[in-house]
Amino acid sequence: MSAVAIPAAPPVAVKPRSAPYRVMPGFKLSLGFTLFYLTLIVLIPLSAVFLKTFTMTWEAFWAAVTSERVVASYKLTFGAALIGAAINVVFGGIVAWVLVRYRFPGKRIIDALVDLPFALPTAVAGITLTALYSSNGWIGRYVEGVFGLKVAFTPVGVVLALTFIGLPFVVRTVQPVLEDAERELEEAAASLGASPLQTFARVVFPTILPSLMTGFALAFARATGEYGSVIFIAGNMPMVSEITPLFIITKLEQYDYAGATAIAVVMLIASFIMLLTINLLQAWARGKSGK
Amino acid sequence: MATPHRGELPSVSEVLEPAWVRYALIAVALAFLTLFLFVPLVAVFTEALRKGWEVYVEAILDEDAISAIKLTLITAAIAVPLNLVFGVAASWAVAKFEFRGKSVLLTLIDLPFSVSPVISGLIYVLLFGAQGWFGEWLAAHDIKILFAVPGIVIATIFITFPFVARELIPLMQAQGSEEEEAAVVLGASGFQTFFRVTLPNIKWGLLYGVILCNARAMGEFGAVSVVSGHIRGETNTMPLQVEILYNEYNFVAAFAVASLLALLALVTLALKTFIEWRLHENYADDATEH
Repeated sequence: MSAVAIPAAPPVAVKPRSAPYRVMPGFKLSLGFTLFYLTLIVLIPLSAVFLKTFTMTWEAFWAAVTSERVVASYKLTFGAALIGAAINVVFGGIVAWVLVRYRFPGKRIIDALVDLPFALPTAVAGITLTALYSSNGWIGRYVEGVFGLKVAFTPVGVVLALTFIGLPFVVRTVQPVLEDAERELEEAAASLGASPLQTFARVVFPTILPSLMTGFALAFARATGEYGSVIFIAGNMPMVSEITPLFIITKLEQYDYAGATAIAVVMLIASFIMLLTINLLQAWARGKSGK
Repeated sequence: MATPHRGELPSVSEVLEPAWVRYALIAVALAFLTLFLFVPLVAVFTEALRKGWEVYVEAILDEDAISAIKLTLITAAIAVPLNLVFGVAASWAVAKFEFRGKSVLLTLIDLPFSVSPVISGLIYVLLFGAQGWFGEWLAAHDIKILFAVPGIVIATIFITFPFVARELIPLMQAQGSEEEEAAVVLGASGFQTFFRVTLPNIKWGLLYGVILCNARAMGEFGAVSVVSGHIRGETNTMPLQVEILYNEYNFVAAFAVASLLALLALVTLALKTFIEWRLHENYADDATEH
C-alpha cells in the first residue's frame, strides 16, 4: 500500500475546506461515475441471470442442470480444462524458466509472442487449429498416420484448444517470480553440496509453487468458459464433444431461456469459486515472496 | 530492489546445471511454442493466400466482408472510449482516496473477466430479448437492441470493461498523489491537475490498457455471437464473418478475414512490447530520481 494514503493537512495559508483531509478533488465525481457505470454495465445485467432462475421451480431448475447431456458437457468442459491447465503448468513452467534463465537467439521475439493466445481472436485460433489438426491438415495428418490419434472433432481437440488458450497464464505468473528469486540461495545450496536436482526441488520449486498454482487456476478458469476456439475443433457431438458454453447457446436457439439461464448460473457459481480460489492463491504467493 | 541487469553477471545457472540440461530445456520450450504458437500463426496466412493474392484481395473486398470490418471498427470506436473514461474514473477513485468497500469494488471491476463470453451475451438476451425485462417496452417503442448493432456494442463494452482500469489502478497506486496534491495546493483545478500532472505520468499505462481493450473489442466472438443474430452485411463483425465463411466451407475467404485479425493481434503484441519497454524505462528513471 502507498504511504501517502492519508494526505497531510493543507498548509495554513490555504483557505479552510469543509473536508480538511481530502486535498484531492473529484472523489464524488470519480467514485459516483464508477459505481454508476459498474451498476449499469455489469451488476444489473448479471443479476438478471440469478433473478431469471427464481422464476423457475426448484424441480425444473434441478432437472435443467442435471440432465444427462448437460452433465456430459460439464465432465468434458471441466475435464479438458483441467488437462489443458496441467499441460500448461509443465510446459509453461519450462518456457518461463528458459525465458528467465537462459540466453538464446530470438528470445525477445519469443517472449513477446507468448501472449499471442491473449491477442489472437478466439475464432481465428479455432479455425486455424482445426485446419492444422484435421485428418488432412499439416499436423493432424502425421498425428493420425503415426499414432492413429484423431484430434479434430474429438475431445482431444477440445483439450488442444484449451491448452492453446491457457498458454500465457502460467508463463506470465511464474516469470516475474523467477526473475525476483534470489539466486544466491541456489548458489549456496550448490556450494553446500546439493545436486542440481536437489537444488531445484528444495530451493527453486518451493519459491515458484504458489505462482505455478495461480497460473494453473487462471488457465483453468479461462478454459472452462472458453467458446470461440473450441467450437470449431470440437465437432460438437452431444454426449461426446459438446462443451457447456455451447450447450447454453443450443438452449437459447431453442428459445429455452430458463434452461440456458439455469446452466449459466451453475457456470457462474463455478467461476466465482475459482475467482475466490485465485485471490487466496495470490495472497498466499504475496505472503511467500514477502511483498 | 537492486536487481542487476540481466546478462551482466555470469549466470548462476551456468554453474548449477549441466549444459545438456540447459539445451534440453530450451529445446522442449521451443518445440512446445513452435507447435502451439508459430505453426498456427504461419498457417493463418498460408491458408489465406492458398489460392493466390488476387483471390485473397477479392475475399477482403467482398461486400459482406467490408461491412463486417466497418461494424468491428464502429464497435471498438464506441466501446474503447467509454471503458477508457470508466478506467480513468475508477483508478482515480481507488488510487487517490481511501473508502470502505474498496476491495469489493476491485473484485467487481474484474468480474467480467471471470464470466464466460457466452454468459456475457446471455445476460443481455435476458434484458433486451422478446421475453426479457425490457423486451415488451422496447418492442412497443420500436427500439432494436438485441440482434442489432446496439446489442453488439453493449456486449463488447461488458467484455472489455476491466482492461483500462486494471492497468491504471496499480500504476496510479504506485505513483501516489504527492504531485497532484502539490498542484491542487498551488491552485490548480481538478481537471487541470489531471491533464497536466496525472496524465503525463500514466500515459504509457493508459495506452497499454487501451491497446489490450481494443484488441479484445475487435476480436470478441462468444458474447457477440449470442447477441448478434448473424444477419449478413448488417450484424456480422469480423470474427462472426470468419465463422460464417468457414461453416460454408469457403475456407480461403474465412482465412483471409482471419488474417486481418491475426495482423491486428501481431500489431497489438508489438505495441504492447514497446510500451512495456517504455514503462520499464520510466520506472528506472523514477528509481534514480528518488
